[in-house]
Amino acid sequence: MKSSQPKKEKTREILNSFTSEESSLIPMLQACQKHFGYLPRVVMEEISSYLDMPLSNVYGVTTFYAQFRLEPLGDHLVKVCHGTACHVRGADKINELLENELGIKSGETTPDGTFTLERVACLGCCSLAPVIMVDETAHGNLDRDKVKAVVEKYRGDDK
Amino acid sequence: MNTKVLIGYASCGIAAGAGEVDRALRSRIAKRSLDIEITKVGCVGMCHNEPIIEIHDPNGVYVYGDVEVSDVDEIVESHLVEGVPVEEKLISSPEESYDYFDVQEKIVLRNSGVIDPEDIGDYIDSGGYEALKKVLTEMSPQEVIDEIKNSNLRGRGGAGFPTGLKWQFAANAPGDEKYIICNADEGDPGAFMDRSILEGDPHAVLEGMIIGAYAIGASDSYIYCRAEYPLALKRLDIGIEQAKEKGFLGENILGTDFSFDIHIKEGAGAFVCGEETALMHSIEGERGMPRPRPPFPAQKGLFGKPTNINNVETWANIPWIIRNGAEEYASIGTERSGGTKVFALAGKIKRGGLVEVPIGTPLREIIYNVGGGIDEDLEFKAVQLGGPSGGCLPAEYLDTPVDYETLTEAGAIMGSGGMIVMDECDCMVNVARYFLDFTQKESCGKCTFCRVGTKRMLEILDKFTHGSGTLEDIESIKNLASNIKAYSLCGLGQTAPNPVLTTLRYFEHEYYDHLQEQTCSAGVCRELITFTITDACVGCTRCASECPTEAITGERGEQHVIDQEYCIKCGACHDVCPVNAVEVD
Ligand SMILES: Cc1cc2nc3c(=O)[nH]c(=O)nc-3n(C[C@H](O)[C@H](O)[C@H](O)COP(=O)(O)O)c2cc1C
Ligand code: SF4
Ligand code: FES
Repeated sequence: MKSSQPKKEKTREILNSFTSEESSLIPMLQACQKHFGYLPRVVMEEISSYLDMPLSNVYGVTTFYAQFRLEPLGDHLVKVCHGTACHVRGADKINELLENELGIKSGETTPDGTFTLERVACLGCCSLAPVIMVDETAHGNLDRDKVKAVVEKYRGDDK
Repeated sequence: MNTKVLIGYASCGIAAGAGEVDRALRSRIAKRSLDIEITKVGCVGMCHNEPIIEIHDPNGVYVYGDVEVSDVDEIVESHLVEGVPVEEKLISSPEESYDYFDVQEKIVLRNSGVIDPEDIGDYIDSGGYEALKKVLTEMSPQEVIDEIKNSNLRGRGGAGFPTGLKWQFAANAPGDEKYIICNADEGDPGAFMDRSILEGDPHAVLEGMIIGAYAIGASDSYIYCRAEYPLALKRLDIGIEQAKEKGFLGENILGTDFSFDIHIKEGAGAFVCGEETALMHSIEGERGMPRPRPPFPAQKGLFGKPTNINNVETWANIPWIIRNGAEEYASIGTERSGGTKVFALAGKIKRGGLVEVPIGTPLREIIYNVGGGIDEDLEFKAVQLGGPSGGCLPAEYLDTPVDYETLTEAGAIMGSGGMIVMDECDCMVNVARYFLDFTQKESCGKCTFCRVGTKRMLEILDKFTHGSGTLEDIESIKNLASNIKAYSLCGLGQTAPNPVLTTLRYFEHEYYDHLQEQTCSAGVCRELITFTITDACVGCTRCASECPTEAITGERGEQHVIDQEYCIKCGACHDVCPVNAVEVD
């Protein structure tokens, strides 16, 4: 097992730019997740000692919010919009197609670590429904062929 | 007048490909060494036509829609070099203007799609920060509050509380440290008004907040914005920096002794955090769970201090009201509610996008005159307003004016402005189930009826969509609904049954079809439908190659057949068939 020391040190470094007040907790978690891609236990332990707050409290806040994850992400995060507009325009079908194409269920990461598939509620481009977002780029007006093309494009990127 | 080019660069435009179009446009203009400025602007509202390019030349304004990279060269060569507009790609020109804006009245969206949201100079040139100057030099805080009261402005975040009155409470509250909050959590899944306002005209919101702070006596504030809106967050950041440089924000604003600061807090993905007390807990670093009111935020809000919280759109109205006067604002809209409301029109509509209309405009005008009617000319079935707290209204209610009271009487709510149109292919039981699934997952868990009651209700709705519902189940739903409403602390639980209750009220027959006939006439509920291939099939083999379970067989050029035993009713064949030979029953 790899040592958690480097993660610990990096976390310290990130935390040092925050005041040790309770109201910094969520921004701290956000900053750490931005860096590590997820929130490993050591990060929460560091925050707990930095804020002098029980670990259970840090964990409780972390798991309350959908944004925070406890598992590492794949190279590309595919968010499938399940907002109302996308729902009536076939978001479930898009989701199913992506699950088939990637061979994983929503919430999972492909074994090769390329893609993580996630369900989200509304990406704010409802007039272009159905919409998915890969990393920071939204793709709208999707049909089956377009979804496949998007997946291929990102698959190709890593070759 | 110099020719200038605007390109729609909000999230909607970017999702439709504005980035590539912008690059192509810049490179072509550079190649031809044209001295033309290209400005990236926010959303003009016509999201259905994105990417959009607007050319302002001496003859007027020309709008190109659905622009593809391959169209760019022709537009540059023909229009910008030779002065001949490319007719086929035009959606609006001085000769033939687009009727999308005919019923609309722009107050909140006055600058969106017109100015560069990342340049405070553009905002100032269009009259921005004039209202702040007026307030600081000519008006007392109480005069500002009175002005807002007289404007009849009501909160745009959903509940419609009179804004001036709310400000009065916060101003009257004892204490010299007070906060202001801008609620930009926009949780309704299927709504994007606030995102567009923040992306298109961030300074209008900032100016509104500064004016509000002066009126209330607040010195500090937060904008709580969804993390899913990276572009809005970025533009707010830029806006705050620029406002500080210009002296509109920070210490001694415009040389007066009034000081005020604005911070941004990124939300972390919890719908319930849009509720004001939960939102404040979240800023304080806690789990975003609502608490009982009173005490109201105006008495005891953020960090225990008097706090005034308003929605993005509410704030964006303020500068306009100060500049044009309360009377002018109140003259738009209805007697009980002044001004306009922005709606995010989406779903099965021909022209979806952002729409701003006077309060009191009938639904029909919004859906048909602005939205152009139902996509593919199918039959209108329902319009959903207010998201998970709202309801679905049937065709008989199309002449209902959109205002707080009338919509509530009809069983829907004005909500924050999400308006999703549904057609004959949408199953109302499925839609009710969809919203309940959402609220059930988003319940913070504090109240038993909200936490467990919604779960039980969802299980019953599942029975309906599976065709195993019973008559008693309908009674159980009604009972659960009244208990959930009565015994929930916050608006999330109190309104969670609404989508179910309105569909039961207006579309009860669909529930009965599901339980007595075991049919889903819209063809949505999988357990109740069958896919078959008719003799219209041309044997192209597309469906067979698309079917994930290989349930479809047939030779090329011959009619294909679905083996019902293997069919999982995913509908892929139906979606790819080029000749519509796949039927749903
Ligand atoms: C579950 C729930 C979610 C809410 N979400 C939002 C939201 O996303 N944006 C918003 O402005 N108000 C939201 N509200 C309403 C706020 O609690 C509050 O009333 C509003 O921000 C007040 O601003 P206004 O008076 O300008 O409308 C929500 C309320 C509830 C109960
Ligand atoms: S009604 Fe639901 S969301 Fe609101 S406080 Fe109670 S459990 Fe939480
Ligand atoms: S519903 Fe999918 S982007 Fe809004």
